[in-house]
Amino acid sequence: MFYIYCPYCGEHREEEEFHAKGQAHLARPKDPDACSDEEWGNFLYFRPNPRGLYHELWVHAIGCRKFFNIARDTQTYEILETYRIGESPKLSQSTDQQQS
Amino acid sequence: MSDVTNTAVDSTATPGVALMDQQPDDSVPARSPLHHVAQAQTGEVSANARVSIWEEPLKTHLILRGDAAAAGFREGVQAATGLDLPEPLQSQSKGDWSLSWITPDEWLLVGPGDQAFTMESRLREQLEGHYAVVNVGGGQSIVRLSGTEARSVLMKSCPYDVHDRHFPVGKVVTTVLGKTQATLRRLGDNDWEIVVRRSFADYIWRWLLDAASEHGVHTGPLLSAVKGQASHKTDTSTV
Repeated sequence: MFYIYCPYCGEHREEEEFHAKGQAHLARPKDPDACSDEEWGNFLYFRPNPRGLYHELWVHAIGCRKFFNIARDTQTYEILETYRIGESPKLSQSTDQQQS
Repeated sequence: MSDVTNTAVDSTATPGVALMDQQPDDSVPARSPLHHVAQAQTGEVSANARVSIWEEPLKTHLILRGDAAAAGFREGVQAATGLDLPEPLQSQSKGDWSLSWITPDEWLLVGPGDQAFTMESRLREQLEGHYAVVNVGGGQSIVRLSGTEARSVLMKSCPYDVHDRHFPVGKVVTTVLGKTQATLRRLGDNDWEIVVRRSFADYIWRWLLDAASEHGVHTGPLLSAVKGQASHKTDTSTV
């Protein structure tokens, strides 16, 4: 059971109030028509599955209904930080940044 | 929604906004989401009931959306309602009206049921800039929970910490209640307001009755609440 800090409510809340929405910081190609099939396919379908630091998008679904990002360790399940959309994580590592 | 009849379209409203009075005339019986449950109307509470549960039916529920940092929005809300925009997880109340924080750009304004159109019109006159005012009164209702064991009922119904030091009077929290969601607001030490979705009202009502049964439960408003409450035109007949 996670106990998650919502950066908009400014409080820790139970995990059942939240939903995970997949990898964070995915950059949509600026001109999809100019993409090769491989580039578009990678953007649309392929996600890394790292062991360790991973940045995820979550939504406080039963609560303030805002999306925010979580930096999480996939090995220990420890939540290292949560931050609002548009902010940069304090922790970053090239392994979980997808090339786009 | 059979409860609602459009009686007027205001031609003086801001261009591009179809503002209508959704209050039905007296020939249309208004039914709240909990019109079918048995609620005492007298305020007489039996000696062994330590929890009271009742519905505050057919109130005005307006959602305000806007930027709290924008003066045109903040001051417009103050001018129309007399209430300051509450800080996160807080609420303001004055007279019959209360304003609760829902998300960083959304607030819930609750007041007497027959004043939705008046208040919405006043807000649209006062607000400036990018904003939204939506009447959501048909989609939700208010359940009140009161009594010395009211907090115990919430403690076993939701995962949120409702202890006094974590949930002081005036705080508002949208959280899980039973297996659905509800917006909890603490009105007093033993007095809570629960905003529920219309379609989940019956579920939450039954959940609370079950949870409160060990403490002795009274379904109906307390005498003090009956006195302070404006009378609502309700149809109590069953379908």
